[in-house]
Amino acid sequence: MIFGKKHGLNERLLTFRHGVHPEEYKELSDHCAIERMPFVEMYTLPLSQHLGAPSRAIVRKGQEVRRGELIAEPASFVSVGLHSPVDGTVVSVGLVDQPNGQMAPGIRIKTDPYSPQRMAETSIPDPESISVGDFLKAVQWAGIVGLGGAAFPAHVKFSIPKDKTCKYLMLNGCECEPFLTADHRVMLEYTRDLLDGTRILQHFVQAERIIIGVEANKADAVAALRQTAVEMNFPVEVIPLQVKYPQGAEKMMISAILGEEVPSGKLPIDVGALVTNVGTIAALSQYFRQGKPLIERVVTVTGTAVKRPANVLVPIGTPMREVVDYCGGLTSKTVRILLGGPMMGVSQKTLDVPVVKGTSGILLLTDREVQDLDTYNCIRCGRCVDACPIFLNPARMGAMAKQKLWDEMEALNVMDCFECASCSYVCPSAIPLVQSFRIGKSMIREKKAREAGK
Amino acid sequence: MIQEFITGVGILVGLGVFFAVVIAVAYKRLRVFEDPRIDEVEEMLPHANCGACGQPGCRAFAEALVKGEATPSKCTVSSAEGVERIANYLGVDAGSEEKRVARLLCAGGKNEAHNLADYRGGLRTCRGESVVTGGIKSCTWGCLGLGDCVEVCNFDALYMNEDGLPTVIADKCTACGDCVRICPKGLFEIMPLSQKLVVQCKSLLEGDLAESKCSVACTACGRCVADSVPGVIEIKNNLAVVNYDLNELTKPDAIRRCPTGAIVWLEGQQFAGSAQSELPVGRVERYENY
Repeated sequence: MIFGKKHGLNERLLTFRHGVHPEEYKELSDHCAIERMPFVEMYTLPLSQHLGAPSRAIVRKGQEVRRGELIAEPASFVSVGLHSPVDGTVVSVGLVDQPNGQMAPGIRIKTDPYSPQRMAETSIPDPESISVGDFLKAVQWAGIVGLGGAAFPAHVKFSIPKDKTCKYLMLNGCECEPFLTADHRVMLEYTRDLLDGTRILQHFVQAERIIIGVEANKADAVAALRQTAVEMNFPVEVIPLQVKYPQGAEKMMISAILGEEVPSGKLPIDVGALVTNVGTIAALSQYFRQGKPLIERVVTVTGTAVKRPANVLVPIGTPMREVVDYCGGLTSKTVRILLGGPMMGVSQKTLDVPVVKGTSGILLLTDREVQDLDTYNCIRCGRCVDACPIFLNPARMGAMAKQKLWDEMEALNVMDCFECASCSYVCPSAIPLVQSFRIGKSMIREKKAREAGK
Repeated sequence: MIQEFITGVGILVGLGVFFAVVIAVAYKRLRVFEDPRIDEVEEMLPHANCGACGQPGCRAFAEALVKGEATPSKCTVSSAEGVERIANYLGVDAGSEEKRVARLLCAGGKNEAHNLADYRGGLRTCRGESVVTGGIKSCTWGCLGLGDCVEVCNFDALYMNEDGLPTVIADKCTACGDCVRICPKGLFEIMPLSQKLVVQCKSLLEGDLAESKCSVACTACGRCVADSVPGVIEIKNNLAVVNYDLNELTKPDAIRRCPTGAIVWLEGQQFAGSAQSELPVGRVERYENY
């Protein structure tokens, strides 16, 4: 049993079993208040910034768009709308660079330099007086997706199947990835938005308990949330959690707080829980109360290679290069650029990609943090088995991957792996386990697609 | 004492006789007749289990041969004599299969398409690079040049050339499709040798933008379309696509005015005359000029 004395919290800290505790590096940017990124000349908006079907562009080249105007509509149920982050002109509708290294359809918008950049006037429904269906549709067309990193459309998560009930509404403020502090700052600075968004969502899901899970290293956020909740007379439980990675994975948070395990292939709603990132909920309130669809998000720009680490409110579509320049630019020692945290972030080959809805941080590392370790053979120490939060056997799966035995990997449930990289982190032989699992997963998926196509 | 001994032996002998009878009856009753020719034919096959014939392995192919569902020449690994031997043994026509080989639909080696960054650490394979960043090359569709296909080929039919591109040795290639499946960018295609007009590019960009990423990209200029019989080449998604239904109408004229050399006329070998080189190893560099 661990008490939060060290973090100034005199209470028991809950957690899940297994996991790792990497060095946090949060002190680089956790004291930096959110600052607004100035508008830049050009914005690039890929149509597929969320999981699911890419949005369908509804603007043409040369068309003038207003800030907050819908420029792409949802193409199916698992798809969301996309809005222009600025007043400007559509320069092209075609292939653009995406943060995953691929080129995909997108819209490029040139900013009108003389515009005051006010939000376009739109009619926003009053969330207290509409039906669930209208609410979900509003969320979908507002382009709101999970801002924790996976960018899963929020309305899909909020639509609870008829045969299930949502007993626990859980807000995820763990932010267990080292370096990242965006959610921390959101909880401190957008506390009212956050709780108001929760109230809106609670109006529709009618959960028995409303829980905000926060890692204990954000004791100030815990205090702020508790105090504001009392001020707003809104009954939420703010539960501090032990500082451990991957505490912020929704299945891990459920296991820590509710003590329940989400079965393989099932969703949190199957155990009666709805887990949402705190930033998403703040965005929900900002849409319904301020009329702002998801056109900007808080991004942590941090790492030892950036001159001035900061938490920046960045319009979606801003080129990463501009964001990095705004934070003082790179030092010459930069060896790695990651979108997201160091554990699960995506390496970038260039800064010429836009910030998208799923970008929680831009991490710039020097060779002090990035070491090229030689890979040795597995010594069967079992540390990866002790680290895996979902009780897989990474050592065995790694051995299978080395032999290219993809079917055996599937039998070892590699498809359940959510690539938290705890196993790679603890491996004393520096075996790139998660990378080989990703290869295995891609091979299995391609094989299934081939068989389905036959 | 002796009584117990006899009882024990008696029980065991009895059990033995009983199961012997069961096995004997089962052998007669449940026997599945298997054509002995299947074993013979399997012996004559190369045991590569490569799947080029379309069957899951040599055994399955032998069964198909004996049933008459396949022709011996479907086995692209067997030599001509081997195919003839099977045909003679089964008393069937050897059939004629057109020689097919794997073609790489990318010509952007390290001298044509530059790298934007360095890929360090981790698994130095194309798949590994692909799952981490989607590839470090300027062209998102292009060959990553780390040689997964060379490694996967069972027939030594692939080598890396000096330009960092995998080169298929047409004589050794059995068209089994292993390289097609391993390539994370899906750049290989199995083609008959008679399809000589090949667009060695998969970039969906057009014009200068495509050429800025790779000097041998298809820029979708449409000259090859104009220079060939109507309908043979079409521009689809900013890429010249050859309609191989009209393969007899293709002529080498189509490649004459191609400004980048993305479309080629292949007589046998692809990247002919390129020297073999080692598989690449990692270098350490920094983002000096980001």
